[in-house]
Amino acid sequence: MKWTLVGINIVSTVVSDLLQSHELKQAGAQSVDARGLVRLVRIIAARRYLILSIVFLAVSFFAFMALVQSAPLSFAVPASAGSFLLETVLARLVLHERIGGRRAAGHLLVLAGILLLAR
Amino acid sequence: MNLRREHLLRTYLLVLLFVALRSFGNLALAWGTRRLPQTLSVHAAAYLWSMLDPFVAAGIVLLILSLFTRMALLSVADLSFVLPTTAVGYPLAAVIGWFFLKERVSTGHWIATLLIFAGTALVGTTPRSTTPAGSPGAESSK
Repeated sequence: MKWTLVGINIVSTVVSDLLQSHELKQAGAQSVDARGLVRLVRIIAARRYLILSIVFLAVSFFAFMALVQSAPLSFAVPASAGSFLLETVLARLVLHERIGGRRAAGHLLVLAGILLLAR
Repeated sequence: MNLRREHLLRTYLLVLLFVALRSFGNLALAWGTRRLPQTLSVHAAAYLWSMLDPFVAAGIVLLILSLFTRMALLSVADLSFVLPTTAVGYPLAAVIGWFFLKERVSTGHWIATLLIFAGTALVGTTPRSTTPAGSPGAESSK
């Protein structure tokens, strides 16, 4: 059950993040002050893919919530970070982000750290 | 130049705010769900019941705020920039778990923390956005 929840969490996180990144780059720079939050809510309401991303995020959230009840937080958090590698690859392939040598090396160091945390 | 520096500063402030909100949101959630008698994955109705717990409710509020902060961050930076720079939350979760929930933190955890910080610092030296706002997918910095 533990790993099923991790799997659900990872897939829904990846889909949610790709949709959010795509839509928010189109929407332009946002802020989180009071006015910025209202504007952000309006943008979410106007963009169906952002709404869909929140649905996937909710699925990911409930899977995580069930996971932290049965497993230590220090397992649940790094285990759900399996989405990290998948998202990096898809950011290059789907969002066409440029991932140069330094950024790729940084990703590998972070991934190694997350895997070490999960041991 | 000053405008560029201001944008960069704003990006890192959003990163810090997101990490703090997410870490303490997760802590409140873990603390709250552990006090519940039900097993959430078996009884679906227990999800709604669990939200009446003040720690779970506080955790949800903090995580919703962290969601908005991350959205603002994704509007100004690449996903491949946001992922590693916000990863400092993982070792922070281990430290918070150790401090508040009395979970065990090994030497490996501290080495992992160093690796994550090194990776984050390295990614922090790269351009925060390689696709122009308004046209995701476009290659801008050859």
